Amino acid sequence: MKTREEKVFQAVGAIFMIILAAVALIPIILLVIASFTSNNAIVQNGYSFIPKEWSLEAYEYMFLSSNKIIKAYGVSFFITAVGTVCSLVITTMLAYGLSKRDLPGRGFITFYIVFTMLFNGGLVPTYLMYTGIFNIKNTIWALLIPNLLMNAYNIMLAKSYFVTSVPNEILEAAKIDGAGEFRIFVRIAVPIAKPIIATIGMFVGIAYWNDWNNGFIYLTTNTDLYSIQNLLNRMIQNIQFLTQNSAGISQAQQGLAQIPASSVRMAMAVMGILPIVLIYPFIQNNFVKGITLGGVKG
Amino acid sequence: MEQAISKKRTLKKIISYAPIYLMMLPGLAYLFINNYMPLPGLVVAFKDYNAKKGIYGSDWAGFKNFTYLFKTDDAWIITRNTILYNLAFIVINTALAIIVAIILSELAAKRLKKFTQSAILLPYLISSVIISYLVFAFLSSENGFVNNTLLPLLGITPKNWYAEPKYWPFILIFVNAWKSVGYNCIIYLATIIGIDREYYEAASIDGATKMQQIRHITLPLIVPVVTMLTLMAIGRIFYSDFGLFYQVPQNQGALYSTTNTIDTYVYRGLLQQSNISMSSAAGVYQSIVGFILVLGSNLIVRKFNKENALF
Repeated sequence: MKTREEKVFQAVGAIFMIILAAVALIPIILLVIASFTSNNAIVQNGYSFIPKEWSLEAYEYMFLSSNKIIKAYGVSFFITAVGTVCSLVITTMLAYGLSKRDLPGRGFITFYIVFTMLFNGGLVPTYLMYTGIFNIKNTIWALLIPNLLMNAYNIMLAKSYFVTSVPNEILEAAKIDGAGEFRIFVRIAVPIAKPIIATIGMFVGIAYWNDWNNGFIYLTTNTDLYSIQNLLNRMIQNIQFLTQNSAGISQAQQGLAQIPASSVRMAMAVMGILPIVLIYPFIQNNFVKGITLGGVKG
Repeated sequence: MEQAISKKRTLKKIISYAPIYLMMLPGLAYLFINNYMPLPGLVVAFKDYNAKKGIYGSDWAGFKNFTYLFKTDDAWIITRNTILYNLAFIVINTALAIIVAIILSELAAKRLKKFTQSAILLPYLISSVIISYLVFAFLSSENGFVNNTLLPLLGITPKNWYAEPKYWPFILIFVNAWKSVGYNCIIYLATIIGIDREYYEAASIDGATKMQQIRHITLPLIVPVVTMLTLMAIGRIFYSDFGLFYQVPQNQGALYSTTNTIDTYVYRGLLQQSNISMSSAAGVYQSIVGFILVLGSNLIVRKFNKENALF
């Protein structure tokens, strides 16, 4: 039995949700449509949901006339894969050790990890250290190492999973059977912790895929190492540079003609989102679970 | 004697844990490099930085960099922008997330619920560079959807969005809400789903309307979570999302008055103007005030609920 009030609530709620979902998706839809619009139509009528002329020219250009994009795509996939695997290995090993209740020095190590959440040197000292001591400028390490490789939140997430879900009795039993610590970790703890490892791997993977910051700061001359995000970023910068610094309009237009046209830019952005959208249905539940687990701390 | 035995025992224990320590080593080493090694570099804020001499070789400048920084209008503008934007984000995003979570939890149309949840979380997974492309598709003065289609339809003359600072507080607040509402409502939704259904059944038998149930059952029961999340957000009020404030306004100089935050200022000082001294002074200012705020908010959170505190 539904009251009138309940019906009104459901109707208003449904309308609000439809509007919200539309607002969330409309910009992405515009981007996709723009990438399939002919460049002339964009120049004449702007980006539009109902283009005057559809076209595949942006994608043809992207895949046939330039290998830059494919290369950048390769870099993005490489750093995402390598970064995520390395991150998972060092994060779970650290978290596993931390989950041992009677580990001597556990309190100090916990403080050592938590402190990194409270205080950090910020961009300038980090930049000076990585470039001055480690010379990572313009190397692939710049995309893999700074800030992304591991963070305290993920360690804590994995640690509490090990504490609550991996029974100590099983680990002890394996120990009595003579299995070494590392073997116990790989054969027993890791398989039980698979769900949290998948969740953390997904957080880290998305962070690597979406990262433009490291390339932006550390890849100053070696543009061969640009990820797709860096390439997209560079394109915006170039356009600004030309529009702001060119002596005359004609010079600016000449410069702009060299840069992939409006539709190509949007097509590249579509390529940047595509992997995320493709895996999204598979990761969504896991992602939501991970955020709930991290709870208030996330 | 006893002491010696216990010492021996501890040593034995440490040795038995050697493989564990070894496993923890790579992670600890990474934190050392990434988070601890830069710390001595903070002294650069107190130096007259000269790239040739390096951080430690440069001459001491005392508090000169800080006095310069706080003499400029920039210090005030970046502090104001960072704090005001964060306050706006906290109020608007929290309100929106609670409303969405409540509606989602009550919605009878399950497919619509699932679809909306998926749709609103997607923007959170998009990089700020690509978000800046999305915004550009709408706001570009020559080709943007708003100037070419929307405004002519309403009979308003097109605007040069990337040159007028006054619109950007609204744009950035909107973009931020767009990006994060799906993420923010997850925890509220989980909390609401965790509420015992019996409360609602009892209330409904007593004749309480839906709005009354929301007001007297749902809202009071999510207050602790709201408080906690708000306190945590206040703790981070001195930090801003660099991507949002740098990429989305496309680093346009004309917009700095309403888009420059501490993070973008530090970045521009470091790489664009090569003004390392000033930039690092702003960085130290952020690190220290930020640290005090995070610490303070955590101590308060700890009083409410130890589980939710960072430490």
